[in-house]
Amino acid sequence: MTTFRADLHIHTALSPCAGEEMTPPAIVAAALRAGLQLIAVTDHNSAGNVAAVQEAARGTGLNVLAGMEVQTREDVHLVCLFNTAREAREWQREIYRHLPVGENREEYFGSQILMDAAGRETGRETRLLLGSVDLGVEEVVQRVNGLGGIVLPAHVDRPAYSLLANLGLIPPGLPVPALEVGLLSPEAACKKFPALSGWPLVAASDAHYPGDIGRRVTEYDLEAVNIAALTRALRRQHFKVVIDAGRNNFR
Amino acid sequence: MEHLNLQVLAGEKALDREVEGGYCSDLISDFMANGGPGCLWLTLQTHMNVVAVALLTGAAGVVLTGGRGIPPEVCRKAEAEGLPLLSTSSRTFEVAGRLYQLLNP
Repeated sequence: MTTFRADLHIHTALSPCAGEEMTPPAIVAAALRAGLQLIAVTDHNSAGNVAAVQEAARGTGLNVLAGMEVQTREDVHLVCLFNTAREAREWQREIYRHLPVGENREEYFGSQILMDAAGRETGRETRLLLGSVDLGVEEVVQRVNGLGGIVLPAHVDRPAYSLLANLGLIPPGLPVPALEVGLLSPEAACKKFPALSGWPLVAASDAHYPGDIGRRVTEYDLEAVNIAALTRALRRQHFKVVIDAGRNNFR
Repeated sequence: MEHLNLQVLAGEKALDREVEGGYCSDLISDFMANGGPGCLWLTLQTHMNVVAVALLTGAAGVVLTGGRGIPPEVCRKAEAEGLPLLSTSSRTFEVAGRLYQLLNP
């Protein structure tokens, strides 16, 4: 068993709301500076930069999980994690079928830049990634689980785009191994939202800029870096949340 | 019913309930905090939790606005619990305006 200091919710320049400086090499460098051994790339409704960040991390000792932050029909954000970039790409094809048609307007939403491992632009995603797919929370969870992935509902303690705010209650029997808190400590979140007690609660940065990376991390005891090992650690609560109070600020 | 252009999806037997007021919200947590007994809830959310929270708060009923697709299990649950569940293709703004006029003649 090895302890991995992890930040499993990081956006790249592909997310229109993230900084253009969130290039694969910049993300890897910031993660290493923050002492992380494991990150996940989770852009809004896309996995287009996952493979580039994985390639940028090769040989550095940093592990990069493939992921995506899906916005459901109910405007709930769900972090979806996969074993491989290939599975994430497969999920992306499905998500793109369920995204509303509509082009990004960079002047309103920001740019959606696809990059290679060196951080060079390889293209721009033209469809608007900030939108709700035509799939409900349960449908997304079921489909991601079916692809061998897991879902961690994002920042459930925030007032917007959160499972708890938008749906009021955690749907009974929702097959997710843990929930992510994005603002408070797990203890403070449980006190404020009694519905959270009994759930494994992890923290992540939801980084949109390099300086955000590592401000909220979780140290997982893992047998290996894969979804099955992560799921076991979550269910057995073999993890510890570490919040950098000085940097725990949100725009 | 006809004044508001509503279709009944569930809870027909309880349609004679007194409606004391209305509340418009698509954040279910917001209705949990601010909705209450006798309140008619106008929302475009069609998640199962709408039914649970309407029952929890003692809402008079729920109007699902905007003509979105409604999962059949949501209607079944509302029917089983005797909760009036109504739908309309009209937008929340329009339904709320008409409801306000009816309640404050």
